[in-house]
Amino acid sequence: MATYNMNQVRVGLKILMDNAPCLVVDTDVVKPGKGQAFTRVRYKNYVTGSVNQITMKSSDSVEAADVHETEMQYLYSDGDMWTFMDQETFEQIAASSATVGTANQWLKEEDICTVTLFEGNPIVIAPPTFVVLEVAETDPGLKGDTSSGGNKPATMETGAVVRVPLFVQIGDKIKIDTRTGDYVSRA
Amino acid sequence: MTTDWRPTASLENLRLRAGVLEQIRRFFADREVLEVETPVLGSAPVTDLHLAALSTRYRGPGHDGGRTLWLQTSPEFAMKRLLAAGSGPIYQLGKAFRDGEAGSRHNPEFTILEWYRPGWDHHRLMDEVAGLFAAVLGSGGDGEHGQRPSAGAAAVTGAAAGGSGSGSGSGEKITYAEAFQRQVGLDPHVSTAAALAGRARALLGDAIPDLGGDRDGWLELLLSHIVEPELGRDGPTFIYDFPASQAALARIQPGPPPVAERFEAWIDGVELANGYHELSDPAEQRRRFNADLAARRGCGLPEVPLDERLLAALEHGLGDCAGVALGVDRLVMLAARAERIDEVIAFPVDRA
Repeated sequence: MATYNMNQVRVGLKILMDNAPCLVVDTDVVKPGKGQAFTRVRYKNYVTGSVNQITMKSSDSVEAADVHETEMQYLYSDGDMWTFMDQETFEQIAASSATVGTANQWLKEEDICTVTLFEGNPIVIAPPTFVVLEVAETDPGLKGDTSSGGNKPATMETGAVVRVPLFVQIGDKIKIDTRTGDYVSRA
Repeated sequence: MTTDWRPTASLENLRLRAGVLEQIRRFFADREVLEVETPVLGSAPVTDLHLAALSTRYRGPGHDGGRTLWLQTSPEFAMKRLLAAGSGPIYQLGKAFRDGEAGSRHNPEFTILEWYRPGWDHHRLMDEVAGLFAAVLGSGGDGEHGQRPSAGAAAVTGAAAGGSGSGSGSGEKITYAEAFQRQVGLDPHVSTAAALAGRARALLGDAIPDLGGDRDGWLELLLSHIVEPELGRDGPTFIYDFPASQAALARIQPGPPPVAERFEAWIDGVELANGYHELSDPAEQRRRFNADLAARRGCGLPEVPLDERLLAALEHGLGDCAGVALGVDRLVMLAARAERIDEVIAFPVDRA
C-alpha cells in the first residue's frame, strides 16, 4: 500500500484513516524552537462528511486511499440500487440508496454525475451542478399573491421540492442549482 | 492569469514590519548594544537533532573542488566568537534558515533577532525581553490591550509605552514545572514516559503520535498542544528552568531536580523567544556536540561537521553571559494581529 510521509501530506490528498477514505483539508507544522516537529492534519471523511484532526510526528506516514472521481451517466434505479455507466468503457456500477443520499432528488436518467470511487466502489454521488427538471406538481399561484414572498413550492418529476416564482406552472421545465436547491430560471 | 507574483503580505503590514525593525534598532541603540553581522553561510551547522540546516556549495579561489557551506539556523555560534573576542553586548537582526519548517507560524527563511548580554544571567535577560515586547507591542506586550499600534512606522516608533523606560517590562515568569502542573497536572521532571503518554491521551485523545519511551518527545507534545495555547494571554509569559535533557546550549543547575538555565517566551500562545544563561565550558560543549552527533546517527540523519572555531573561542573564554533568539516575523504577526506568518512576509517560500 502506498504511503505519504509528512512532507508529502498536503491539502487535497486522499488518505486512509481507520480504514475510511478521507480528504486532507488542512495541514500545519507545530514545532517549538527547540524540540521535535509535529504535523497536524485535518481530514474529512468522504462517507460521513465529518472532519477530524490527527497530530503526527515527522517520521510518521499515512496510507494513501485509492480514491478517484469520475464522470458517469446515471442509467436507472430500482429503488434500492442506482446504476451508473462509465461513458468510455461502458462499465456499469451500482450504488446503494444510502450512497446516493440526497443526490437522488436531482437525478434524472442520462444525467452525467461525478462519482467518487473508493477501491472501485462508489462512495459519493454528486449530481450535476445545474439540472433541468419538469414541474410535476404546484399550485396555480394567484397573480398578486405576495403572502409567500412571491414564490411557491413546486414538486419536480424526481420528487425534489423547489421554491419557484408564481408564474411557473405544471409541465414547465426549470433550471435548478443543486448546490443550494435554488430555482435559477425557466429552461 | 497568475497572481502569485504578488506579495502575500499587505503593504500595510509591510510598513508595520519596517516600523518593528526600526523600533528594535532604537531599543538596542538606546541601550548601547552593538549591532553586528555574522555570516549567513557558515562552515558548520548546528548539531541539534531537531534542526535541519540547508547547505550550498561554494567554488572560488582555493576551493576549486567546491566547499560545503551551511545556511545558519541562527547566528549563535558566530556571535559567541565575537563575545569571546571581547565585543561586549551585541545584537544581530538578520535572516536564518531552517529546512523543513513551513506552516502557519513557520517559513524556512525567517528574520531572527539574537542578542547577548555579558555578565547577565537569564533572569535579567528575561526582563529585557519583556522590555523589548513593551517597546514594540505597547505597554506590557499584553495580547488584549488597546495601545497596540494599528499600522505604520510612525505609530510603532512613536508613543508606544515602555520603549525608552528602564528596560524592564512586565511579564509573568513561571518555571517549566509550574506551567506543567497548572495545565497538565504532572511533574515534568520526574514523570515517566508512560505517565506522560497516559496524560497526553487523556487530554488529547487517540489522535496523537506514539512517541514510545521518548520522555522529551511527550513533554514537547504536551507543551506545544496543551500548555502553549494558554501562555501569554495577559501579557508575555516566560517559562524557565527547563528539564536538563532539553538544555540545548544552556547551563545546567545540578538540582535536584537538575534544570537547564533556559527560558522561552510566549504572547497569545505564540512562541517568540528562546534564551539561555549560556554554556561557556568548552569540554561540556564538546560533550553535548558529540551526544548530538550520536543521537543524529541513531536517527539516520546525515553527519555534520563540528564548529571547531566555536570550541576554540570557548577555550579562549566566553565569560558569563546570557543570550536569546527571537522570531521577528512572529513579533510582527502579533503587532499586525495576523493569524498566519504569510500575512507579514512579502514572499514566503511558496512565492520565493
